[in-house]
Amino acid sequence: MKHLDVAAIKDGSVIDHIDSKSTLKVAEILNIQNEEQIVLVGMNLTSKFLGKKGIIKIEGKIIDQKEANKIALIAPNATVNIIKDYEVVKKFKIVIPEIIEGIVKCFNPNCVSNYNNIKARQHVVNKNPIKLQCHYCERIMSAKDIVLI
Amino acid sequence: MNFKQRDIISIRHFNKEELLYILDLAKRMEQMEYTDILKGKVLALLFFEPSTRTRLSFESAMKRLGGMVIGFAEPGVTSVAKGESLSDSVKIIEGYCDIIVLRHYLEGSAQLAADVVKTPVINAGDGANQHPTQTFLDLYTIQKTKGTLEGLTIGFLGDLKYGRTVHSLAYALAYFGAEMYFVSPPSLRMPGDFMEALKDRKVKCHENESLMGISKRLDVIYCTRIQKERFADPVEFEKVRGIYRLSKAVLEEFGIKNDLKVLHPLPRVDEMDDSLDATDFAVYFHQARNGVPIRKALLAAVLGAIE
Ligand SMILES: [Zn+2]
Repeated sequence: MKHLDVAAIKDGSVIDHIDSKSTLKVAEILNIQNEEQIVLVGMNLTSKFLGKKGIIKIEGKIIDQKEANKIALIAPNATVNIIKDYEVVKKFKIVIPEIIEGIVKCFNPNCVSNYNNIKARQHVVNKNPIKLQCHYCERIMSAKDIVLI
Repeated sequence: MNFKQRDIISIRHFNKEELLYILDLAKRMEQMEYTDILKGKVLALLFFEPSTRTRLSFESAMKRLGGMVIGFAEPGVTSVAKGESLSDSVKIIEGYCDIIVLRHYLEGSAQLAADVVKTPVINAGDGANQHPTQTFLDLYTIQKTKGTLEGLTIGFLGDLKYGRTVHSLAYALAYFGAEMYFVSPPSLRMPGDFMEALKDRKVKCHENESLMGISKRLDVIYCTRIQKERFADPVEFEKVRGIYRLSKAVLEEFGIKNDLKVLHPLPRVDEMDDSLDATDFAVYFHQARNGVPIRKALLAAVLGAIE
């Protein structure tokens, strides 16, 4: 994966194969507005798999598991490339975990997880389309209900 | 069957064999009446939301098995009123008892309690979510009065949108090949995700606005109250209040099976007329009494006093 659509970065992360419409949401998850080094965000790029895709490159940042889990909820087809000295040193397809903790707020206002500083927790009951069941109140959320913490 | 130390949180956590096992145990409990199998055991009844009947039926069940009961009937008298978290409250009370029965207005509170204490927790109602012991007693009543749970045709009537008893019972009856008719005004239909879940489980479901034309097929009518407090707009409530009013005359006019049974979790307001009470159709008072053997069965099984 030497060919990059936008300018290359030296060290950092490239999140590729984002469903184009979700690109800015992924950017939000990664909190890019607070990055100090180069950030490149591309949308509507040509993709063999998705037709159109988004891509985000962040200089000096290594995506961690928790961030990858969050991205998985919004952009299930995304891949993460970790770059060192212009080379891809690690490449992984992100996967939706079985249980999601402390990432998605339960959409039920009467759910106990919205009180008393309890960590929200959902079981992934379906991956595509995404369906999350609250561990506490048992309500099922789909993509439209997902609000990240 | 292993119920020892198990939490009773949601009807979804039990398979068909486990449901039948508890019903069978309840039957045995009904035959033995007073025993001492829970002598020396302490049940803590934590009612953060008042519900006199559920509380008294747990208390009766525990005492009939020789156990003791501590607890409170409303949170105003506890540290919760001073801002203590639910997790802290149950962690402290855990040290005083062998089993906790919790009723709380927040959905998921029983699961939270079960996650933070080692003592088994029985959910006695968490908001609009679950009330599994009610579902067990509903199943027990149907089984007792119809002789079986298999292959019945059940009509659910009233507030199907907010009625948690309907949601859980429908879920449980799906194990027994039931065909279900959901009868409600359009504004109080079964939530879409429940209908989907039932269809996924191959349940034959129908939605209707009246009993007209379907009443002859029903083995059981499960009637629920339309609760005023669920409506943000009083005008909307006025539109649906009293929309269903079951009476002996109405049932006879619609045409029903002779052995139809009418259940209701009670209390009722005006959705069921007194004229039904003396008929063989009415089993709701009997249903309420079944709360005791069911709760005896669950307490005894969870505390490991019976196999
Ligand atoms: Zn919840």
